[in-house]
Amino acid sequence: MAAEAIKSSSDVIVGATIALGGIGPAIAIGLIVSKALEAIGRNPEAASKVQTVMILGVAFAEAIAIYSLVIALILKFV
Amino acid sequence: MATALHISISAEPIFRFGQFEFTNSMLVSLLVSLFLSLIAVWFYNHRQTKSNLKLFIQTIVESFYEFVQSVSPHHANQFFPLIATIFFFVMFGSWAGLLPGMETIGYQADHGFVPLFRGATADLNITLGLAIFAVVSIQVFGYKNLGPKYFKKFFNFTNPINFFVGFLELISEFARVMSFAFRLFGNIFAGEVLLAVIAFLVPVIASLPFIGLELFVGLIQGLVFATLTLVFTNIAISDHH
Repeated sequence: MAAEAIKSSSDVIVGATIALGGIGPAIAIGLIVSKALEAIGRNPEAASKVQTVMILGVAFAEAIAIYSLVIALILKFV
Repeated sequence: MATALHISISAEPIFRFGQFEFTNSMLVSLLVSLFLSLIAVWFYNHRQTKSNLKLFIQTIVESFYEFVQSVSPHHANQFFPLIATIFFFVMFGSWAGLLPGMETIGYQADHGFVPLFRGATADLNITLGLAIFAVVSIQVFGYKNLGPKYFKKFFNFTNPINFFVGFLELISEFARVMSFAFRLFGNIFAGEVLLAVIAFLVPVIASLPFIGLELFVGLIQGLVFATLTLVFTNIAISDHH
């Protein structure tokens, strides 16, 4: 293995970390919100309950993107 | 470029008592707590008089109480002080990082520039402390409402499958601590990095939409932290089996 061929803090690695880490959560949030909208469309009276659960689900999904963002920031700034 | 972009993941200590480092984000979190306490004391001392500010605070607190009631109808009185405190502290702690002077007022030490103020929740120590506090409070509420039976959830010796499930539940409690801490830290710190980079690239006007975004993110992260704690507490006090 060539020594120091790819440094872990090189810009390409940092960019790739957050780029790849954002794909899954983006798709997940899209699916969550689309299902929530479908549910609200079917039953407008339950809108506030569905909305609460949707916000919770979106927070969980977004947390994964935030984990990869924190790793990218650590790689770049530490 | 005359000055370099100054971004540091860990909060910088502004003075030390021996081994203990008092960081700039600790200072801001103390100021935020002081601010919230002063508002509470003012509200209590003026509870007989009429005032627009009182009405405003009452509206916010009552609508948050109704929200807590909608999630857990029977125990809202028990949970509300903790959940509302978490919400207001996280929200104002995140908003504190947007005030003018944060991360810019400081002094020049030999190892670089040391800012005197930094958003309270932009420091992993404070968010980790909040997360541990929230998860331990969930266990305390579970024990208060269910008694020692609450811990049967984690140590279930009836059959091997249940034992494994209980063990996974225990692991997931620790995972919740890390998830809470990193979600809040990641959102707020990434916002601060974004604002610093935008201000570095275009010094005027371009920061405005991003400050608006950060206001929104601070509010949502406060809401998410408080709501997740509330939902987990609900799950903890409900008796499944």
